[in-house]
Order: sequence, then structure tokens, then C-alpha cells
Amino acid sequence: MTDLLEKYKALAERHERMMSLGVNAVGLTNDRILSPTRAIIAGRETILAGTNNYMGITFEPDCIAAGQKALELYGTGTTGSRIANGSYAMHRELERELALFLRRRHCIMFTTGYQANLGMLAGLAGPKDTIYLDADSHSSIYDGCTLSGARLVRFRHNDASDLDKRLARAEDDGGRLVVLEGIYSMLGDRAPLADFVEVKKKHGFQLLVDEAHSFGVLGENGRGLADEAGLEDDVDFIVGTFSKSIGAIGGFGAGNHALFEMIRYASRPYMFTASPSPATVATSLAAVRKLKAEPERRKRLAQNSARLHNGFKALGLTLGCDQVSPVVAVNCPDEVSTIAMWNALLKAGVYVNIALPPGTPAKQCLLRCSVSAAHTFEEIDRIITLFGEVVAQGHYKQAV
Amino acid sequence: MTASADTFTLLCQLLEPFNTAKITLKPETDISGDLNIDSVSVMDFVMEVEDHFNIDIPLNVLSETRSIADLVKVVEDRLAKGGTQ
Repeated sequence: MTDLLEKYKALAERHERMMSLGVNAVGLTNDRILSPTRAIIAGRETILAGTNNYMGITFEPDCIAAGQKALELYGTGTTGSRIANGSYAMHRELERELALFLRRRHCIMFTTGYQANLGMLAGLAGPKDTIYLDADSHSSIYDGCTLSGARLVRFRHNDASDLDKRLARAEDDGGRLVVLEGIYSMLGDRAPLADFVEVKKKHGFQLLVDEAHSFGVLGENGRGLADEAGLEDDVDFIVGTFSKSIGAIGGFGAGNHALFEMIRYASRPYMFTASPSPATVATSLAAVRKLKAEPERRKRLAQNSARLHNGFKALGLTLGCDQVSPVVAVNCPDEVSTIAMWNALLKAGVYVNIALPPGTPAKQCLLRCSVSAAHTFEEIDRIITLFGEVVAQGHYKQAV
Repeated sequence: MTASADTFTLLCQLLEPFNTAKITLKPETDISGDLNIDSVSVMDFVMEVEDHFNIDIPLNVLSETRSIADLVKVVEDRLAKGGTQ
């Protein structure tokens, strides 16, 4: 008999190697969360610079009060899917509020951001269609594409001319869906949306932008990359998450198509899972209203992002992209030095994400920071100082 | 030399940068397993193949493509459908 778990031996050995180099970099425990930017980790107060808490909204008193009230009024969970158990009024209210915020006719909420991509991609495309996806797409996009059963064609990252070439030699006549991301989660770079819109005009396809890391962050109104680029009319579908700028959990898809609502009755990741819990919906609703009412958060996030980006550049670090973004990734030379730097940073009092191949583009080893509007300038400067000290300790060699 | 042998030789050349263990490449070589390369590297390699032959190899096809010989067949099927070298 073949042991099903035998295939994980190599993975277990790699995990063991990482553990031998320090604490568990991919299984860290926050003992206590003090604020959007501070936690107690291994008994030390630590600056959090790897949370995706872009708006710093997780401890807002009105969001917490809304969640507490929902717990009291509606209980701890919905105990089933919206198809089977029905919706709560607040599910509909949050969808309406988001649709208004996004200026889209329709919005469907999903239980997680991961499921939002699964549900939208599998809901939109089927076996007779082709999905063209960026090579650096998030795993939830790859998994959603697979679930759809569509023909999948991968194009080079952020390369509209490569997409153009692939569309020019396309074989079949089903629907075509192109999938981009507003901000790519590992390197922080944006899709060059105007270039892709030109290709759309040339070949004709429907366009979905996953704004998971750009919703609330980019654009005059915080609606994401399409808002920033002034190209919202050219984007057919938006996907987003509540787990970053909204500070909760859940996700959404939005669009203007007259048949958009049918996704509810065709998309398995929507139909066959429990709907978001009352407390989650209530805090999300309060947070969406806050995003709309407090644009200064977005401005503060941009200032903090520029401060960290420029501070790292001044240290001579190689960054994931040249654009200022709330994702600031430091490119490290190899796995061992990346783990050593990560450990040194944590001991010094700053938590960042560690990202290693194959989960990174072009096999890069990254120390990935995410900036929050809640970071003070002093915290940003402290992060830069601590990176500088770790560099001085000789852990970092500039990646080529 | 047959067309398949030509395709095999070209695929081996394209695969060489990914063959860090420098094993001898044979038609039955398992691209992922024998070369010990991850799924992302396999997709990157296939992109090189697509560019070289000016064809698309959908990701769905890859799930059933294990060996270099399997890939030779995929490339030749795609070329027969209208790709150009």
C-alpha cells in the first residue's frame, strides 16, 4: 500500500532545515495583538510590518461595536449557505453598500477572499471558454481557473504584448476572460492596465481585475487600480477581499452585466459554503463606510509607503518594484540569508513576511513588508533602522 | 533525423537551464520528478517552449504531460493545428 503522506517527506525535510535556522518563519504565533501595528511575539513587543492591514482598521471602536451588536442580535454564525438557509438582511446591506462604493450595479459577497476568486472565475468561465492569466497570479486565481474547467493560457507577467501574441493565435471561439491583479502581492507592482485595455480593444475579451491588495488603497476614491488609471469602464469584473483594507474576512465580486446575479446560482464556492458570520458582515459594513468617510487613511498609507520605500532604497536594498506601493519587498540573495535576516529582524522587534520559492516570482527570496495607514512615522523609521542594522551585521548581500 | 527526434533535441536544449542536476535527458525523463523542479518552473519552461514553437500549450494539457516524450507529442499536435516554428 502506498502511504499517502510519503510524498511530503521532502517538504518535511525542508521545514526541518528552516526550523534549525531559527524559529518557525511560516508558523509564527502572535501571543497578543496590541494594535494594528503592534503585537507581543515571543515575549517581546514587536512592530508589525507584514499584516496587509493597509487601512489599520482592525481596532476601530465603531467597527468593534458593530460586530459586538451583531453577535448579540444575530448570534455567532449563520450555520449554512445563503442558497439553503437564506440571506440575512445585513448580507444584502453590505452588498448594496459595496456596489455603491464601487459604482457597480451588482455585488456578490463570498465567505473568504480565496473563495471570491474561486467563485467568480468558476462562475464566469466554463469548459468552452479560455482564461488568460498573468504568470504571477495569486494561487486563488490559479485554483479558480482550474475549478472553472476552462482552457487556461498563461502569459508573461505584466506583458500586454505577450497577451496580444497569445490572443492572436487563439484557437477556439468560446468566451475569453483575461485576469489581472491591481497590486501583485509578492512584489507590490501594479498591472499596466492601459496597455491591457489597448489589447482588449484590439482582440475583444472580458476583463477581471483582482483588487485584493489595491481595493481601498489605490485611486482617488479607493476603488483600486482601475480607479487610479481612470479605466473603470474598461474593467468588466472586480474581485476584492475583506481581509486586508476592510480588516475582517470575506470577499466580493462586482460587475454591471445584466446576468451577473446568476453567478449566485451557478458558482459552487458561493452555493456550497456557509455565508459570512453576522459579526464579520457587521464589521465589514462599518469598515466600508469608514473607507468612504475617511480618505485621509489612503493619503497616510501613501505617505508611509513612500517613506519605507525611499528609506530602503537609501540603505541600498534591492526592492521588488520601482513603484511606491504598500507592499515593499526586499530581494535577498538566497534562502539561508533570507531566514537569517528574518530571524534577526524579529529578534530586533519587527515582524515582516518571509516569501520563498516556489511561492515567489522568478524564484526570488523575499522579505515582504506591508505598510499600514496606522503606522506612525516613528514606526516606519524604526523599521528602516532595524533593516539597516541587520544589513550591517552582514546578513544581506545585494541580490543580483 | 525524424521530426520527433528534432523536436526532442530542441526540447532538451530548452530544458537545459532547468536541468541543474545535469542528468542525462531521455524521452522517458519525467520533467518534474526526475529533474526535481517545482510546478512553477515547469510552467516557466513550457512558456519557453511556447515562444520557441509559436504555439500555446494550455495549462490543462500539462496536467497529463509527464515525460519529455509526452511533451514532444503535445508540441507536434499543436504544430499540426497551425503553430509555426
